[in-house]
Amino acid sequence: MARIDLADLAHSYSGNAADPESFALKPISMTWRQGGAYALLGPSGCGKTTLLNLISGIVTPSRGKILFDGVDITPLSTQKRNIAQVFQFPVIYDTMTVGQNLAFPLKNRGVPKSEIDARVAEIARLLDLTPYLSRKATRLTADAKQKISLGRGLVRSNVAAILFDEPLTVIDPELKWQLRSKLKALHRALDLTMIYVTHDQTEALTFADTVVVMHDGRVVQSGTPAELFDKPAHTFVGYFIGSPGMNIVPAEVRGREARISGHTIALNRSYDRLPAGAKIEVGVRPEFVDVAPPAPGLLSANIERIDDLGRVRFARVRVGDAKFAARVPPGFSIPGELAGLIFDPSHVHIYADSRLIEGSA
Amino acid sequence: MDKIVNQKAWFLVLPVFLVVAFSAILPLMTVVNYSMQDTFGNNQFFWNGVGWFKELLDPTTDLGGRFLASLWRNLFFSAVILAIEVPLGIVVALSMPREGWTVAACLVILALPLLIPWNVVGTIWQIFGRPDIGLLGYALNSIGLHYNYVSNDLDAWATVIVMDVWHWTSLVALLCYAGLKSIPDAYYQAAQIDGASRWAVFTAIQLPKMNRVLLIAVLLRFMDSFMIYTEPFVVTGGGPGNSTTFVSIELVKIALGQFDLGKAAALSLVYNLIIIIVCWVFYTVMTNAGVERRPSKGVA
Repeated sequence: MARIDLADLAHSYSGNAADPESFALKPISMTWRQGGAYALLGPSGCGKTTLLNLISGIVTPSRGKILFDGVDITPLSTQKRNIAQVFQFPVIYDTMTVGQNLAFPLKNRGVPKSEIDARVAEIARLLDLTPYLSRKATRLTADAKQKISLGRGLVRSNVAAILFDEPLTVIDPELKWQLRSKLKALHRALDLTMIYVTHDQTEALTFADTVVVMHDGRVVQSGTPAELFDKPAHTFVGYFIGSPGMNIVPAEVRGREARISGHTIALNRSYDRLPAGAKIEVGVRPEFVDVAPPAPGLLSANIERIDDLGRVRFARVRVGDAKFAARVPPGFSIPGELAGLIFDPSHVHIYADSRLIEGSA
Repeated sequence: MDKIVNQKAWFLVLPVFLVVAFSAILPLMTVVNYSMQDTFGNNQFFWNGVGWFKELLDPTTDLGGRFLASLWRNLFFSAVILAIEVPLGIVVALSMPREGWTVAACLVILALPLLIPWNVVGTIWQIFGRPDIGLLGYALNSIGLHYNYVSNDLDAWATVIVMDVWHWTSLVALLCYAGLKSIPDAYYQAAQIDGASRWAVFTAIQLPKMNRVLLIAVLLRFMDSFMIYTEPFVVTGGGPGNSTTFVSIELVKIALGQFDLGKAAALSLVYNLIIIIVCWVFYTVMTNAGVERRPSKGVA
């Protein structure tokens, strides 16, 4: 159990001398608090697995330090780090029984037999594996195998953190929910730091207190699910989180007004000092744009299609060259091809070169 | 549902059946025929019933003595080369690089002995071991070790065994290497995290993941060494005395040296039977290796 600090950590698979832009993980500094449930969210190849492997010690960083409770453990091997990791594909020692699998990490560390037995029994109980302890670990279902992998991490009483590398990839959808709620329950019961890598936003948002969104080797935002939804710090976060993603359209912004395709919409805040020469965009989530009958004063749009998601309907519309998704209010029937768009000014964000700009009140 | 009956397919099988008949079944039946008869040359045959088989299994007769002696010799030879080649092959496979250009280099070097014809392997070692002109024989003798595979039983055995190890360890190593390569990295990473020692990684991950290829390697090496003929024949000719006369060498001696077709036919049938039985045992073990445990349903 520990606080984990990353100090200017960076990694390149092609060696240290390479151009920093080619780094798989660009320099980051951040703190993971003890007992937190974190999700590392991002598309494939964004560096999230690299970050995870750096923390567990499978990969040695090209640059920077990792501290557990303020102690620099960067040069330590994986064995000495007290880290547990669950991999994408379940790892099972198939010549052993389920119980021997669970006992393996303790046996390797020379823990006395009585203590091993007690620990294994306790973890098996937590994971509902008790009836299977004396059975061979082969020919179990993927979720049972993944539980054993997880159990091998939990069985060590002193782990600093448990890292999950997309652990539910091979699990059937209906069992994913069960296993994920099991993880949450374990997190609450054991007060462990858990870091969960995934590219699935639902998984990340339901599992974690803090979601860390990564893009192209960088952490673009870290915050609670609500923060990521309400105030994406980067257009990538807006686009990646939410379904459908945030509308992001080029605009001209002057003071409290933004002009999109010649139409002016009001903003809640004033943006007077935008960086010169930057690409200015307006970002607004589809949930905060409503479709209305065309009317003067509303941004007019061509309706392309309606997506009915059950509880809500989203209209896919076109304004000039820009595409929008907008909410269709309940009971509203589409009058024709043309519609007006109503923006909720408190949820319209301004981005300069993809980064969120805080306006002044 | 009625099955459509169409016997035309038999015509497609017929050519294969004919080829197999002429290449395998007819010759085998000829051998069965010979094994029941005695010949004094001149194409004269006399019925002998199961006489040769009785003699073959009776160590007090000349034929039985020679057969059983060469059989034990051959089994001992197979056991020795398996005991050397299998562990050595595993060690070689474990110490091979996992990536980079050195992988290709190692594979080529390992494959070289496998590509050399048996006759040539025999000739290489025959010359290599000669005390007068061979590099190995000359070097051993000049450092004071009296080595001569023509006159000394132990030297002849050592030469034949070292030659087989040189020729075939690569096969075991290549098979094991393929087995090792198929282990996903996550296993090694998980083992690191579980704090496994090098030995624990070997026993818990590598050996179990290699057990299928190892069974194949053992089967191939056993069969090959049990049927070995060319190499020891070229190097030692079965000698000194009969000390390196393996079953196939004995068989050729009887069939072509003495032209005792009846005895040779009986011997080759028994030899064939042993090989088929061993094959069947291996096949049964291999196909049952992973299946004896019943699959279990979800643990949720």
